[in-house]
Amino acid sequence: MDQFLQHCLNAFMLGGTYALLGIGLTLIFGIMRVVNFTHGELYAFGAYMMYALVMRLGVDFFLALALATVLGLVVGAAIEFVLLRQLRSADIDVTMLVMIGAWIALQNAEQLAWTGVAQSIASPFPADPIVLGRLSVSWNRVFVFAVAILLIAATYFLVNRTKLGMAMRATFQDRETAALMGVRIERIHTATFALGSGLAAAAGALLGPVFVVTPTMGDLAAAKAFAIVILGGMGNLVGATFGGFILAFAEEIGVGYISSGYRDAMGFLLIILILLVRPTGLFARKERIS
Amino acid sequence: MMASASIVLEVIGLTVRFGGLMAIDDITFEVRNGEVLSLIGPNGAGKTSVFNAITGYLRPQVGDIFYNGRRLSGLQPHTIAARGVVRTFQKTSLFGGQTTFNNVLMGLHLSARQRPLAVILGLPSVMKDERKLKDSAWDILRFNGLESRAHELGSALSYGEQRLLEVAIALAARPTLLLLDEPVSGMNPTEKVRFMGTLDKIRSKGTTILLVEHDMRTVMGASDRIICLNHGRIIADGVPGEIQSHPEVIRAYLGERAARAGS
Amino acid sequence: MTRWKSVLIIGFLASIPLWVTSFYFLHILITTGIFIIAAMSLNLLLGFTGQLSLGHVAFFGIGAYASALLSLGFEVHVTDDFALGVGPRPVWLAMLFGTLAAGLCGFALGKIAFKVRGAYFVIVSISFAEVVRLVAVNWVELTQGPMALNNVPPLKLGIPELFELSFLRKPAYFYVVLATAIACYVIIRRLVHSHVGRAMIALRENEPLAMSVGVDVTCYLVLATVVSAAMAGAAGALYVHYVRIVDPDIFLFIYTVMMVIMVVTGGKGTLAGPIVGGAIFGLLPELLRAFAIKPEVQWIAFGAIMILVVFLLPRGIVPALDDWWRSRKGPSPDAKPPVQAASGAPQ
Repeated sequence: MDQFLQHCLNAFMLGGTYALLGIGLTLIFGIMRVVNFTHGELYAFGAYMMYALVMRLGVDFFLALALATVLGLVVGAAIEFVLLRQLRSADIDVTMLVMIGAWIALQNAEQLAWTGVAQSIASPFPADPIVLGRLSVSWNRVFVFAVAILLIAATYFLVNRTKLGMAMRATFQDRETAALMGVRIERIHTATFALGSGLAAAAGALLGPVFVVTPTMGDLAAAKAFAIVILGGMGNLVGATFGGFILAFAEEIGVGYISSGYRDAMGFLLIILILLVRPTGLFARKERIS
Repeated sequence: MMASASIVLEVIGLTVRFGGLMAIDDITFEVRNGEVLSLIGPNGAGKTSVFNAITGYLRPQVGDIFYNGRRLSGLQPHTIAARGVVRTFQKTSLFGGQTTFNNVLMGLHLSARQRPLAVILGLPSVMKDERKLKDSAWDILRFNGLESRAHELGSALSYGEQRLLEVAIALAARPTLLLLDEPVSGMNPTEKVRFMGTLDKIRSKGTTILLVEHDMRTVMGASDRIICLNHGRIIADGVPGEIQSHPEVIRAYLGERAARAGS
Repeated sequence: MTRWKSVLIIGFLASIPLWVTSFYFLHILITTGIFIIAAMSLNLLLGFTGQLSLGHVAFFGIGAYASALLSLGFEVHVTDDFALGVGPRPVWLAMLFGTLAAGLCGFALGKIAFKVRGAYFVIVSISFAEVVRLVAVNWVELTQGPMALNNVPPLKLGIPELFELSFLRKPAYFYVVLATAIACYVIIRRLVHSHVGRAMIALRENEPLAMSVGVDVTCYLVLATVVSAAMAGAAGALYVHYVRIVDPDIFLFIYTVMMVIMVVTGGKGTLAGPIVGGAIFGLLPELLRAFAIKPEVQWIAFGAIMILVVFLLPRGIVPALDDWWRSRKGPSPDAKPPVQAASGAPQ
């Protein structure tokens, strides 16, 4: 029973960041209908920025976190502006291929810059975990969870309570009408992609100190993000949030009771299973982002 | 008038709902062998939904559809096409990146007899079958007056020619019941006359035709019988002469005042 | 293509081992040939049928593993007491088995995956390949996991006791690859120029219209997947009995990406496209190696090339050359309508 609770606790901590990843991607998917292959790379980018800022440049941990997120926003906006904007009228497969090309370029650039050696990032938290009865959780993970929840809440606020968010939701529902109503679709696209990428970078920056930083860490993250988007339905923020936690739980239970080798397969298996049963995703009844 | 012709298509109690919206509300009608039956009605009356339901693109909530005595409702579109019921689409629908000739060749899909294994092995029967298909394609192009445009890309044809090509593709599938969804919309008068001629030719081959059209001249000139829909219900059913002066029909199109003024 | 042209080209290709003496160059040709077969198989599904299947490397790997396992013999314990074992079989039989196994998996995936469409289908196909990879990594009893299956026997044909034809040497294996490539090309060409191929193209160009003239969507999607998967499996089998070792890294997504790059830059939906694409990206790494370029830079170059080609020659190299050639020759008097490839948006 204790083991089970411990797994649950771990899942909670992890679920927050997974939700961040998923929300970012579901926004991009929902509003721009683009299969964003660079999402994982932004995650890795965030982690590497943390490494560079904290370990190489000695920047304060918390400041580095904020910086890494902002840099993720910038890179996302750049990708959208340089690549995606030119492909507005292209087929979905052309766009996908360009994104794949960008993914290859980004990952190998990362490998070139930092070599393939796994790096670790020192965190300012005490090494001893918090002990609650027979359960324990590290300070690091609690911090990660807290920040993730904060960012999720901020995203909700942005999407539901601001003018930008309203424009995003309008674009999601009906692009043509939104354009007719004066929404600058191009700007919304850049903002959406930047936001999604920023959230991915934040997730990477948060998890980097918890695990290690490698050039290929983005691939698994991307896969999990896709699983979450499918779980929750494209463009569905609530679905993505729940999806993040569901995936984390599935992984933890799988690791605990089936086999640790197949941990990462959980996401993929979930995707396949869900799509078999509900080809439009678990929560896809809601066709709006809110 | 084919008063004693047999009934080929039966639509019984058809109801289609989209969420809260009632697109078709308990419609029952029949189509007789060899006739040209037109469905008319203001926009949103449910005409294309009827087509979609008959050809399997829509699942009706209630109702049955029978063709030549066999149930059509619940079947997949390609199975319905194999039974001889072929439709065209309201918005121009072609294989745009292919030549006109290839478009028709693709329409001849159901006439191809060779199994995939035979194709892979390159058996001589495959070549013979191909040649027959290509001959048929030329025949169909000639029938529709498109043989001079055979090597043009579908997307390069003029609008009127594209609509003709759509009909040619549908004809290639050897329909016994042809459903035409607004075939002359957007055509200029010359093209419309040309199309009426083609329609006559199709009809003289014995094909039953179900037509959705807004152009009243075409409808009155070509139809044996007309059914008028409004708000998903049938409000009139009769020969062109009757429908023209039918108060319900006039009211549906022009509103109350016109109906009172006319009667 | 006229008979004479085909004979000349095949004759030229067949003569290569006679005047190319460098084993290194033959090696490159063999691996390029295998890539080309894989690219042709993907082209059938991606180019002609218009399905964005990004799990294709799974079929290549399944073909490789299945063929290797049957040629080595394997044993798995289904329960603690019950074991399923198969002794080693001749390599040619194993290769056929590999092809069949891949085709079967294609059938299964086709039946399942096409219930979802669009972006979801892309994700399912990628997930499928990843699951297969993770199975290969974790089912150590069968696959040796990351420690790899090695000492995979080379191809030998013959009647025991009487005579034996060994394809261990590179020139001999070149002919095996060439023969397979030609066979695959012929099969694809026959399919494409028949109503089967036209049905697949129709699905790519305008699915509702295809349905309205009687094209059974599921049937043809599955057919395309099965043929495509079987061919990829054959390529995998050829590969594993050439390099004689295989590990789960064969299932990495990056190899699917490579195949996609080959098909797209060459020209998807054309017969010659994957050959051109396969040739370029089979030879390019060797060229770059001559300049002592790091593998990372090489990959960045690939990514950049793909982006450039997609932007500048959106339909690929072969259609671009075709257009250019056509514009120079003027209107063609040829009565036979060409089967056009188009980059039409999938519905």
